[in-house]
Amino acid sequence: MFAPSLAKMLDLNKYDCLGAALRDALERWPDEICLIEADRDKEKARLTYRQFKEAALPVAAFLQERGFRAGDRAAIIMTNQSKWLISAYAIFFAGGVLVPLDYKLTPREQLALLAHSHASVLVTEYPIWRALTVAEGFQGLGAKTILVTEAPTKAELAGALRWEDCASVAKSELAFVPRKRGDWACVVYSSGTGGRPKGCVMTHENYLEQCMALTALYPFWPGVRYLSILPTNHAIDFMVGFIGPFICGATVVHLRTLRPEFVREAFTRYKITYMSLVPLVLKNLQKGLQSRFDALPKSKRSIFNALRATNRGFTRRTPKLWLSRKLLGQVHAAFGGELRALFVGGAFTEPATLQFFYDLGIPVANGYGMTEAGTAITLNDFRPFRPDTVGKPLPGMEVRIANVGADGIGEVTVRGKTVMSHYLDDPVLTAETIVNGWLQTGDLGKIDESGHLQLFGRKKNMIVTAEGKNIYPEDIENAFEGIPVKEFCVFAANYIWPERTMVGEQLIVVLHPEQGSTIDEPLRAELARRNQQLLNYKRISGYAMWEQDFPRTASMKIKRVELAQQIGRALDRSAVRPL
Amino acid sequence: MRTIEQTTNEILDLAARQFSVPRESLAPTDDFYKKLGLDSLQALEMLTRLEQHFGIELPDYEMQGVTDFGTLAGRIQARL
Repeated sequence: MFAPSLAKMLDLNKYDCLGAALRDALERWPDEICLIEADRDKEKARLTYRQFKEAALPVAAFLQERGFRAGDRAAIIMTNQSKWLISAYAIFFAGGVLVPLDYKLTPREQLALLAHSHASVLVTEYPIWRALTVAEGFQGLGAKTILVTEAPTKAELAGALRWEDCASVAKSELAFVPRKRGDWACVVYSSGTGGRPKGCVMTHENYLEQCMALTALYPFWPGVRYLSILPTNHAIDFMVGFIGPFICGATVVHLRTLRPEFVREAFTRYKITYMSLVPLVLKNLQKGLQSRFDALPKSKRSIFNALRATNRGFTRRTPKLWLSRKLLGQVHAAFGGELRALFVGGAFTEPATLQFFYDLGIPVANGYGMTEAGTAITLNDFRPFRPDTVGKPLPGMEVRIANVGADGIGEVTVRGKTVMSHYLDDPVLTAETIVNGWLQTGDLGKIDESGHLQLFGRKKNMIVTAEGKNIYPEDIENAFEGIPVKEFCVFAANYIWPERTMVGEQLIVVLHPEQGSTIDEPLRAELARRNQQLLNYKRISGYAMWEQDFPRTASMKIKRVELAQQIGRALDRSAVRPL
Repeated sequence: MRTIEQTTNEILDLAARQFSVPRESLAPTDDFYKKLGLDSLQALEMLTRLEQHFGIELPDYEMQGVTDFGTLAGRIQARL
């Protein structure tokens, strides 16, 4: 893709840490707009790079004054908004380690991860803070400095301080704190909300290298507008909706709602260039467009179909945006007329959906990644468009298929400078996950002759929803603690009965009843009640009965691998009863 | 001023119409994700309809952790 001002992009090879790269970016484009914050159809803020700097430095000074030092950890729990990025920059400026937490977790889950991360600073929004203060476990909150944004004037803040007051409170001398490439930049939780926390320790090098690889394929420059609707704590948005655009002088548009009607409006109002989304949102856009096509009068529909077929013919080898915009002008106008690509990630996207958009001249760059590997491992580069794959490995990323079967399929393993350092405080899990420098993804795949990666399913015990949520069965077992059975265990159904699929995954609970008893109606009702208390995407879909003792380790932990194998040999999927 | 029962009933009426299900099949304790087969975006679309009906504005985060009509009614009632 052509990038008018690519030469202006910062050369990240010359930088050792994100803070220094961002600091120079703020100096290089002082008058460009870096952030637009919109809520529904209202614009709430618009900041230039200079204004961004002026807003961030008092926060950095304030943190330093409160004793925040190099390597100290600071958590952010916020929806997508300007103060998220401003606070993150302030933390990097002060040499801190950022802990971005998911605002969609329950307060209890957030408190558990705050404790695990040992964050000494928490930056959050007033409604989230209010929920945290009344949650079980709040008394144990270890953060000493808490900054709350947008609190009402007379609100009781339970020991927290107003973010907006930093500017007037900070008095100390401000000093930029440099970090080395191998120093920690972030601790990002890929799971562990109910069970074993997986805090991925990401270094500055991880981010700098990933940013160079991604912007080489999909460049940003001043004037590019990136629409941010994925949570900023998510690896994709953090990179493509913050670091990437900032080091290139581009603009990030934050939309504080996911409502489809406002997302559609934002495309045209802000003439969006790029946007990242999860398969669920992409599908929603597809449905909306398809219903508009279906509503066309027959004659217009025929013309439209002919134009679409023409576009498909001409773009078989590579996208031709100028041509697609001419042929299918109305469709492109609905997307603002300047859209260059959509990035989809977080979960598997069906090839038919990718093809639907590609035929309209809207390339959807699907990729494959996991937090542990940096943002992305592979990405579609449209040379040519291959919707049946997740693209080719990014520059600098080595992908090797381990334990290849007769069908050429094996476990995807990854090595490269973007792979995390380790899991926080968990050397055992780290050793299981990074073996001789190769990250074991737990996903099954094959690399074809042209170097594209195809995925076929999972080896690990987890599922991924269309919303891009990774669900680890052990994380939701807490919800069923105390049910009247001898023992129970939650599994991904595909883990027990492997299937070559990346969609429609389900969780089940395996129940071992007390001797002489069975799964009766009261127990079913109790299971259903407990299940209802879980967030909708974490729910189990069925249960199976197992009448033997679960295999356990000396410390009485369930041997999940062995149990899954035993069940898989003795039962088939028909043993699962819906809940 | 509506009572919470009135608010709940109006929500159930509206959900039944929007998703073409019999009104009598919906109860306040129902999980709307499960009962109506919604995904999170459809739930937000339902929220938009409810906002228009009640003339209020509910930020997306008010839907966090809310899965049944009764709790949703409580969130709406607090803003009426």
